[in-house]
Amino acid sequence: MKLIQRTIVFMSIALLVALSVWAFIFYVNMIDEVHDSIDDGLDNSKLLIIHEASMDSTVLHKSNFDEGNYAIRRISEKQALGHYDQYKDTLMYMENEDDLEPVRLLTTVFEAKENEFYQLKVISSMVEEDDLIEDLFYSLLWLYLILIVTILVINTLVLRSMWKPFFNYLNRLSRFKLGKNEQVQPIQSKTAEFQLLNKVVAEVLESNIRSFHNQKQLIENASHELQTPLAIALNKLQLLAENETLSEEVVKEVFQIIETLERLTRLNKSLLLLSKIENKQFLHEEQVDVNALVREILEDFQDQIAFKALEVTFVSGKELVVTMNAELARILITNLVKNAVRHNFKKGKIEVLMTDSTLQISNSGSEKALNATHLFQRFHKESNDQSSTGLGLAIVKSIADLSGFQITYQYALGIHQFTVRFK
Amino acid sequence: MKILVVEDEPEMLESIERVLKQENAVVETAMNLNDALDKALIYEYDCILLDINLPDGSGLELLQELKNQNKSDGVLILSARNSLDDKLEGLNLGADDYLTKPFHFSELIARVRSIVRRKKFDGNSLLEIGNIRVDVTNQSITIKNEAVTLNRKEFAILMYLISNKGRLVSKTALAEHVWGDNIDESDNFEFIYSQIKNLRKKMNDLDSGIEIQSIYGVGYKLVES
Repeated sequence: MKLIQRTIVFMSIALLVALSVWAFIFYVNMIDEVHDSIDDGLDNSKLLIIHEASMDSTVLHKSNFDEGNYAIRRISEKQALGHYDQYKDTLMYMENEDDLEPVRLLTTVFEAKENEFYQLKVISSMVEEDDLIEDLFYSLLWLYLILIVTILVINTLVLRSMWKPFFNYLNRLSRFKLGKNEQVQPIQSKTAEFQLLNKVVAEVLESNIRSFHNQKQLIENASHELQTPLAIALNKLQLLAENETLSEEVVKEVFQIIETLERLTRLNKSLLLLSKIENKQFLHEEQVDVNALVREILEDFQDQIAFKALEVTFVSGKELVVTMNAELARILITNLVKNAVRHNFKKGKIEVLMTDSTLQISNSGSEKALNATHLFQRFHKESNDQSSTGLGLAIVKSIADLSGFQITYQYALGIHQFTVRFK
Repeated sequence: MKILVVEDEPEMLESIERVLKQENAVVETAMNLNDALDKALIYEYDCILLDINLPDGSGLELLQELKNQNKSDGVLILSARNSLDDKLEGLNLGADDYLTKPFHFSELIARVRSIVRRKKFDGNSLLEIGNIRVDVTNQSITIKNEAVTLNRKEFAILMYLISNKGRLVSKTALAEHVWGDNIDESDNFEFIYSQIKNLRKKMNDLDSGIEIQSIYGVGYKLVES
């Protein structure tokens, strides 16, 4: 949910509660005031009636309300002495409304002549409370809606302009890329929170950029440090092997050492490549024609394919052009083709199938499915092949991850199939 | 062949010097940028082998200086960094080639010879060995004036072996040179053998005067018979 929407939700709940409480208090006070003023009126009527009764004794015989607003009846002295003035709300039939309507009733007693006690009931029409509540409710509802709309408008207009620098900044931040676009223009606002954000982000970015470059430097240094002693050892052994006084046995032994060191060299190169990919050091992207690249790589492997007498089928549909680093594209496909050739048997098959978004390489091989969960892990080896670094598929996987491709493995009936989904 | 080797690693330098002398080259050495600049700016070399990481600076500075002085010595960069950026920068600064350490000596020799050939003969060189004449530019050969058809790989193998005449060339070195770095070493490069076999047959059918020997199953050696 957006900030602005959350604000509205909280505001509307808070306002609903506040207005409800206010309405209750308002209602109680108002009803109290109404009673007060009606009771004053009744009191006044009482005095007028008693005064009139003392002048005109016929008044004393008005025992029903009928058209008037009072009724009088005689009571005993005993009853009268125990009586106090009483105000209460009651219902009475009203001609005009043809219904029972709320009225305020004052019951009092007075002594008209010596020892002649009368009970006087005076009524006054009351506000209809249900109507009042209803009116109040609708008024409040309107007030509530108007308030919400006002807040919404203010939020949208004011907040949008206040948050604008923030969103612009966010936009710039999203374009940040280590090693490529490391300059992020700071937020343009004097708001304290935004200034703070500026400061914190700048610090975080700076430390990231620094560690990225340190790591890059470390990789390069490690490369240099390892390659040089390897190169010295290899070159000395090469010179040694050419010594013509050595026996065949010794030369073969020396070459075994050379091969082992060459494997170490390849391992070192593969590890460096893997770190470089994972550190996103292959930044330059271009349009890569995958069809042409696959054809070219198959051509490179032609002699090995011929040596193993492999039957290769290449089926391609539409052109597949992918935006990615060209060097990585070549490594990705080379590793997959290399695997398909290496893990094949003599007179086996390789099938390359391309659609406009996928590349599928299938090869005949061992009669056992590979472990799909560990297959792409570093140094996971299914065979005892000494010449394999165990990094080929890990490199494939990290290139796929970097470029946002999907790579999957399937096995059926002696056919191993790798699928790269480019989009 | 007069060659300057710029390399700060003494053991590396010594090995390179030894192998070049075996190839009858006149070799001078420098272990830092200053010495290298002193020598390179005074004398002419057919080829300079240049390490980039030197204790007192980058080998690229030497390239820049050669360029400023309009000197056209051949330069082969030897670097432990297999970085495309370094390679492009070096080549842009006028280096002729780039070789990543570790390398096979046979590869080093082949590249040095190729650079020297290009510099000395403007590329229009005819190479003679035994009864064979190789036209490097057109990638064609004749044996006793009779044209021989070689495919691209056979020609590359022959050229590589000729450059390393009399040396033991390992199968790995040959495979990486002809089939590229990405070549797989499984099956121990047995697939090379069929190309060698064809090449041998063509050489023997006509009296080429050379022989490609197999050495203990680890590599090959070209000798004049």
